[in-house]
Amino acid sequence: MTIDRSIIGSRTPEHSVDVERGRLRFFARATGQPDPVYADPTAARAAGHPDIPVPPTFLFCLDLDNPDRGRFLADLGVDIRTVLHGGQAFEYRAQAYAGDRLTFSTEVTDVYSKKGGALEFIVRTTRVTRGGEPIATLTGTTVVRDPKAAK
Amino acid sequence: MTVLKPGDTFTLEAPKTTRTALALYAGASGDHNPIHIDIDACRAVGIDDVFTHGMLSMAYLGRLLTDWIPQEGIRSYEVRFTAITPVNTVPTCTGTVTEVEDELARLSLTVTLPDGTVTLEGSAVVAAG
Repeated sequence: MTIDRSIIGSRTPEHSVDVERGRLRFFARATGQPDPVYADPTAARAAGHPDIPVPPTFLFCLDLDNPDRGRFLADLGVDIRTVLHGGQAFEYRAQAYAGDRLTFSTEVTDVYSKKGGALEFIVRTTRVTRGGEPIATLTGTTVVRDPKAAK
Repeated sequence: MTVLKPGDTFTLEAPKTTRTALALYAGASGDHNPIHIDIDACRAVGIDDVFTHGMLSMAYLGRLLTDWIPQEGIRSYEVRFTAITPVNTVPTCTGTVTEVEDELARLSLTVTLPDGTVTLEGSAVVAAG
């Protein structure tokens, strides 16, 4: 399928997420992270952090809480089972912690195709802030496959 | 504090990518795409089996980074997903310092499977220590 190029420059409504200790603890368990700093606020404080730090890739997971994120592909007529994650980049400006309220603002920054249109790429850039202060910029590339070509 | 120099290499053997690991990661990450947890949904679109979230491999590589250097020292971290990671395999994460300049180190990052398949290629820029 062809993705409409006019979506370049479109923005998803901004959303905010409260970073919860329990979810960070669950993420540590799911990723086999044995360092107690990533699960236990007491261990985190002993290591000099104000609370459990948000691990390097977890900002991506918090962005998945955006209800408009899933809607974005559905509105384009894309079946989520035909998408792959092509690439992901993080630029960090400040460390985020449990207890923070983070705000995510996303723009479609590129759309292009490869293999004669069998693969379509959508690039989205997300700025993450805490009280207006920059925390990180995420750049994610979604690959949309032609489901017939996948068979 | 670790002082990084060109050629330094670190590795991390990730846990086996069992179906349980994928289900737990789906819940913890919020990525509920059925291609990672539901074999019926996969087969309906011509995929034989569930496969591992690319971001789970990126999280394992993130663990390699934070085992090695303080997380606040990571300036940027990016990857390309180059192959699918099937269920029930054991990915190995590797990071190598390729360059140190102006107190910043550039790392080359890979995740490979036991058969040699490279599933993820990336880089990071971190404080050299």
